[in-house]
Parts: sequence; structure tokens; C-alpha cells
Amino acid sequence: MAELKMVQSINLALARAMEEDARVLVLGEDVGVDGGVFRATEGLLGRFGADRVLDTPLAEAAIAGLSVGLAAQGFRPVAEIQFTGFIYPTIDQLANHASRLRTRTRGRLTCPMVLRSPAGGGIRAVEHHSESPEAMLAQIPGLRVVIPSSPLKAYGLLLAAIRDPDPVVFLEPTRLYRAFMEETPDDGAALPLDSCFIQREGSHVTLVAWGAMLRDALGAADLLAQEGTEAEVIDVATLKPLDEATILESVAKTGRCVIAHEAPLTAGFGAEIAARLAGRGLTSLLAPVERVTGYDTVMPLPRLEAAYLPGQDEIAAAARRTMSYK
Amino acid sequence: MTVRFEIGFTRYLAPNGKLVPGLPPFAADAKTIIPLYEAMVRARVFDAKAVALWRTGRLGTFASSLGQEAVAVGAASAMQETDVLLPSFREHGAQLWRGVTPVELLLYWGGDERGSDFKGPRQDFPVCVPVASHVPHAVGVALACKLRRERRAALCILGDGATSKGDVAEALNIAGVWRLPVVFVINNNQWAISVPVSRQTAAETLAQKGIAAGIPSLQVDGNDVVAVRMAVAGALERARTGGGASLIEAITYRLADHTTADDASRYRDDADVSPHWLEEPLIRVRTFLTEAGLWSKKDEEHLLQETTAEIEAAATAYLGIPTQNVSTIFDYTFEKLPEDLVTQRQHALGRRVQSAAPPAVQS
Repeated sequence: MAELKMVQSINLALARAMEEDARVLVLGEDVGVDGGVFRATEGLLGRFGADRVLDTPLAEAAIAGLSVGLAAQGFRPVAEIQFTGFIYPTIDQLANHASRLRTRTRGRLTCPMVLRSPAGGGIRAVEHHSESPEAMLAQIPGLRVVIPSSPLKAYGLLLAAIRDPDPVVFLEPTRLYRAFMEETPDDGAALPLDSCFIQREGSHVTLVAWGAMLRDALGAADLLAQEGTEAEVIDVATLKPLDEATILESVAKTGRCVIAHEAPLTAGFGAEIAARLAGRGLTSLLAPVERVTGYDTVMPLPRLEAAYLPGQDEIAAAARRTMSYK
Repeated sequence: MTVRFEIGFTRYLAPNGKLVPGLPPFAADAKTIIPLYEAMVRARVFDAKAVALWRTGRLGTFASSLGQEAVAVGAASAMQETDVLLPSFREHGAQLWRGVTPVELLLYWGGDERGSDFKGPRQDFPVCVPVASHVPHAVGVALACKLRRERRAALCILGDGATSKGDVAEALNIAGVWRLPVVFVINNNQWAISVPVSRQTAAETLAQKGIAAGIPSLQVDGNDVVAVRMAVAGALERARTGGGASLIEAITYRLADHTTADDASRYRDDADVSPHWLEEPLIRVRTFLTEAGLWSKKDEEHLLQETTAEIEAAATAYLGIPTQNVSTIFDYTFEKLPEDLVTQRQHALGRRVQSAAPPAVQS
């Protein structure tokens, strides 16, 4: 077993998937010779050849669109969109085609493709490189939206995404690529695409997060523990379809919930979770659901990035508010 | 460096039915043109029936292909069965030639997804409503053919309006640089709803957009089924044998409204349209075949009778197909229905609303 960074575990999962299934192709801008701007596809070209690792022209809409064509023909394309800010031209293909080819043709044609893209802030990147568009994507019916929070999760969830018979958007938190290492055995074991992960058990308050914010939620749980508050931390790694049962069960136990995400507040995915709690979880709630999120503003350039991104202190403060709510 | 290019224009059958200059090899025996004529008539009869069904409230909004039958039939007839068709939404004649049934087409335009579950050409794409967004799919299909080293190609039909979109620029560029087995046929009917080509682009031709991507590109008379067939067949064969992509701009004219929801009199006069009736694609073939002694009035009557009977029977069959079960809204969203959707499906099944019944046969 090896301790891996997340970018390495993603590389490992890609190689594993390509090894086990000749239909898997990797394509995108600079994924071949350069190995990807973050090096997630490093070494794949040498190992699998130019027929399976394709450096595409600079054309995001067409990368997504030709992946639809490849998938309909039985390939399993794993396309990389270099940065989140460049994902928007692909939304036409995702919303109009990838996500509905199966239903439009009553299952005659399907679209088993994965669209990978680095996402989120925290690495002092240039403009248009730090956004978190998960809620926008989660609104698209027929599309799975997955965000890993660690090297191990990235490995297992990416394998699951590639093996899945339907389209998956896989958003990789940029600031986790090299943030920490984790034992990640190359055992080919996939993780489920329809379950939340209970990351830490506790009985006083439920902290819900995904991607890079999970670490902040865990940090907040440590802070709260010092004060005698036991937080349960849930990783909603597979946002869509949502496993609401795990969240409802946790809040049935704790009665309190804080949802944290980097994306803007309004119509963020936290709103969906809060609405579900206000519906089926209402009688469990002992305090209003708190949301700790980015602002409804443009993501600032790096000098002000830290003032935009929520962190463990804000999550802990929100948890304290729910604890003291009368 | 000076770059020069020329866009060739091909026509075999003039509007008056005369040959210019002679028939191409595939039609050396002029009888081979008869099935093309029959298919164009079939498309036109289908089209008229679809519009009639719409007029009586028994079909949804429909995009007529009146006057453009030669583009659809000429292109599809050049395909091999294993090639893949990626049509826009106005290529009924191409889909019918490929084996999509009139019932399936009516079912689709009548608001039922089963109309895109073709029992015939299983790999052909369904129609594409968001203009140009299917053009990158053709590049993907072609890449699949190339990676598997198969002697197959993708045929993508797009409209003149589509050529203004980035999707087309991106797709042509990739098809060119990767030498992919794909043929792009621009069905230039000269109108994108209300905007004529003259206000769509300052380029002299649409074909030259292919030249910019390094793709052999030419124009054909899109009302000449022989010219379309000849050009597309050559391009497809080159694609299948490693010669890369091609672009063919087929110049035709949209004689009908954009769709049944459109009123073209708002933006063009009848006087502008009527000269184009003299160039429409069916008459010239009929004239040619008649003068060649290959077609008689009796043949014509027989064809119309048979085709009308076929399409009428299809319409009756379509009208008799019950609406799908409500659960099918959910059943094809994912291969396996996620728990979250199981709950929503239960809700949908429990609703007391009446979903739209299939349009009833009028008594």
C-alpha cells in the first residue's frame, strides 16, 4: 500500500480503469504529452498510447460533444475540462444530450461518459479557475455529480464513475490535489455513487459538507469537541442523486444541522438539503438549519480569496448558534 | 504566403430535367435514379400528411422538409447500412431511407419518445433540436469508427443557420486535424427561421468554412438528387478509406414555413418564394425519367397511390398507439433508478392528473 496525494490517486484510478476496460479513453486539453496541467493524467499516454489518450484541440463544447458521440458508440470517454471556469460551454452538451440520450431514445443509445474538472478555490489561481458550479450541474436530470474529498474517495468514486452506465460529472477540488496523503490501495474497489459517507459520528449536531469543505467541517468538529460538543460529519460526495436518508437519519439523532459549501448561498446545493430537512426532517429539528457558504458575489481574485471562502471557524460558529438556539 | 481556394459547384440534372453534362458512374444505368425519385415522393407525401395531422390537432409542431427532399434522400442513399446518420430536425427523407418508419417519425413529432427508439438503424442518432449541437457528436462517432479501424463513417446533416455556431467551428476543426471519417452536409435552405443566409454570414459560401478547417469542401445543387448522391458517396468512400472528412454544401430552398408554428409571410413575400418552385427537386427527375422513357403517367399514379396508402396506414397506426405509462418518465433517466427518484416516481404514479391522451382519430 502506498500513501498517495489525491492527484496521484486519480491518476491511479484512471490507469486502473484503462487497464481493465479497453473502451475507456482519456481525452482533453493537454492530457497527453503534458500529462494534464495538474498532472492527473501523467504517464497515461506512454502506457496506453495515442489511441486511448487524446490531446484535443482547445474546444470544450466539442470535447463534451464528441464524448457523447464516442459514448453512444460504446466507448467510455473520460474527458478533462482543464479548469472549472471552462466548463460552461459543455453545459449545452451535458444538459441537452449526455444526460438525456438514454431517455430520448428509450435506452437505444446511452452515454457512459465522465467529465472531470478541477473545481473550487484556495490555491490562489488566476481568474475563472476557482468556481464551484456543482449546484448548476446537479439541476440537470440524468446527470450524476460527484465530488471527492480525499485521495481514497477520489480513487473509489472515479472508478465507480467510469464504470457507471450513465454520464457523471466528477469535480476534483483543486486545493485537495496535493493537500494531504492517504493510504490508497490499488485494489480496484469502487465506492457507491448513491450514498453519503458518515465521516465522523456524533450526537449533538450534524455537519454536512463535500469536497474541500469536508476538511473544514472535520476541523470544526475538532474545535467543537474541545467544548464538549460531539459533531457528526457527513460527506455528500455524491450530490446527485442525493442520499437524503443518511442526512435525515443523522439529524433525527442530533436535531441540528450546519451545511457548508464554497459555492454561493442562493440556490446552492445547501438549499436543497435544507429544504429536505425542512420537509421530511422538520419534526427532528431543534434549531434552524444553518448554511455556511460563499457569498452571492463573483469569486474574488486571490488577494481576497480567503475572505470569500468559508472555513472551519465559520462552521464551528454556526454549530454553536444551533446549539444555543432556544 | 498567399492562400487561394476554390469552391466547386456540381449539378447533373438541371431544373428542366436536362443533363449537364452526363450521368455519373453510379447512375450510368438511369434506372438507378428511380428509387431516389420514389424516396423523394415518399418524403413529400409523409411531409404533407404530417402537416395535415398537425392542422387537425393530431400532431405536435412539425418541421416540413418541402422542397429539400433531394438533400435528405441524396445523402442517405449514399450511405452504407453500417454508417451512422446524425440528422438535424428536417431530414425526414434521410431517416425514412435509413429505415426509420413513418410511424416512428409521427410518434416522435406527436410527442412520444418511442419515436426515437428506431427499430431499424439502431445506431443512428435521433433528430437534434438545439441547432448545431449534434455536429460534435458526429466527430465522436467518427472517432469511434477510426479508433476501431472500421470502414464506416458518420454523416451529419446540418442547416445553414448551424454554420454560425461555435459547435460547427469546433467540430470541423477537430474532424480536419484528426482526419476523421465524417461527412458534413449543409442543407442550405437559405433561411434560419426568418434570417436569410445573406444576413447570417459575410462569407461567400458556407462550404468555405470547411476549407478553413482543412477539409475538402464543395457546393452542389441541393435540388439535384443525383449531384447530392454523387458528392456524398464520394466523400463517404474517402472517409471510410482513411481520406478524412469532407464538407458538402447542398443549396436548396425552404419552400414551407420554418415549422408549423411559423408564419413565413411575416418576413418573406410569396413573390420571393415562387421562382424557387421552378427549381424544386422532384419535377426535374420526373421530367428526366419520362424523357428517358423510364417513367410513365401510370408509374406516377401507381407510386402516389402506393405511397399514400403506406403513409395513411402509418398515420392510422400512429394514432392508435396508446400513451406510455407514466413510469417511463423515470425509467430511462438512469440505467438503474436511484432511490431519490423512486420516491418521485411513486408520487407521479399517484397523481390523479390525466396525461395527454394520444390524439384521437377524428370521427
